[in-house]
Amino acid sequence: MPERLWRTPLDVEKISRPKAEIYILKDQCKGCGFCIHYCPKKVLEESDEINARGVHPPRVVDEKNCVLCSFCTAVCPDFAIFVKEKQCKDGC
Amino acid sequence: MMEAVEHPLLKYLRAAMIPHIWCSGCGNGIILNAFVHALDELQIDLNKLVVVSGIGCIGRAAGYINADSFHTTHGRPIAFATGVKLAKPELEVVVISGDGDLFAIGGNHFIHAARRNIGIKVICANNFNYGMTGGQVGPTTPLEALTTTTPYGNIEHPFNLVHLAAASGATYVARWTTLHVRMLTASIKKLLQRKGFSFIEVVSPCPEIYGRHNKMRTGLEMMEWFREASVIANFSDPAKAEITPEKIVVGEFVDIEKPTYEQLLYEKMAKLMKEESE
Ligand SMILES: Cc1ncc(C[n+]2csc(CCOP(=O)(O)OP(=O)(O)O)c2C)c(N)n1
Ligand code: SF4
Ligand code: SF4
Ligand code: SF4
Ligand SMILES: [Mg+2]
Repeated sequence: MPERLWRTPLDVEKISRPKAEIYILKDQCKGCGFCIHYCPKKVLEESDEINARGVHPPRVVDEKNCVLCSFCTAVCPDFAIFVKEKQCKDGC
Repeated sequence: MMEAVEHPLLKYLRAAMIPHIWCSGCGNGIILNAFVHALDELQIDLNKLVVVSGIGCIGRAAGYINADSFHTTHGRPIAFATGVKLAKPELEVVVISGDGDLFAIGGNHFIHAARRNIGIKVICANNFNYGMTGGQVGPTTPLEALTTTTPYGNIEHPFNLVHLAAASGATYVARWTTLHVRMLTASIKKLLQRKGFSFIEVVSPCPEIYGRHNKMRTGLEMMEWFREASVIANFSDPAKAEITPEKIVVGEFVDIEKPTYEQLLYEKMAKLMKEESE
């Protein structure tokens, strides 16, 4: 971005970034790695655990980095991962 | 991170059939995912949807979708779908099938349904081979590709499916790969909202059989090929939209309107009946 356009948004204090809740249906995962590889924020990684299908399902590295783009949900061939916005009524 | 909750799209699937049988990294699951995403975004009434497929790995798709579905004989889903559409034009009739099913044994059904502009919607999972029967050469296998029946490299020129569809008269034609899930879902939404014969080709990984023979052993390697080779060229000449190892032209190619076969048929019948009663 050109420097002259840059400024700190005036309402930066008031606006809170939506927070994500990532759900992984571990035993449904076939370990293709698409969600891990194509997450734009590198939120996921392969876990060490072995699931019911004998593969390593993904695990979350840092949920805070998730931007709720849902690409992982859309690209998963096995309906094994989805993301929801955290309901932060009581603060989170 | 949480666990043990239901996937939000599960209601569009036959829960008892999930997990599906497709291999790890198979693109068929992505196509199914994009399709039910589109159903959800359009809030399609499942009671008004009919999904028809032929035989092949992707042919299982019809059975996974929680709508009235037909798993028909090899090469004949378009013939079945034509019957359903003409008997009940108010239903949305979608064919989801493979490159072998739709363009080898079923090729003539495809070109004539497109020519007549029968208002059915066709989604083809093009994985470049007959996956289900062990990976034989098919009508979309690229030149020089290795398959179980072309162990020295394919010498048959492949069909360019978007060119074939456009030339046959389809009113909506698009091609995406399974990596373009967002565009694919948007295209499926368009396809579902159109009246005339509409076609989407989805270039899809078959790592287990096609990829294995062609130095792309995993779904990820096949998806990386799509990422590196894909060029988006909306409304470019479909005749030039070929698929080679270096280049996969994707995008929308045709978006036109003309009267559908069922519309002309019902108008003609009404006219003749009126004349007869006079
Ligand atoms: C009349 C008839 N001929 C041949 C077959 C064997 N057969 C089953 S699936 C198939 C090809 C499937 O290829 P495609 O449509 O590309 O689907 P894919 O498995 O690749 O998803 C063939 C030839 C059959 N079932 N019926
Ligand atoms: S929603 Fe987007 S950012 Fe979040 S984990 Fe999925 S792909 Fe990554
Ligand atoms: S995309 Fe789905 S099946 Fe593939 S690794 Fe991720 S969760 Fe597992
Ligand atoms: S053989 Fe190929 S097309 Fe069939 S399920 Fe396996 S990866 Fe998919
Ligand atoms: Mg095939």
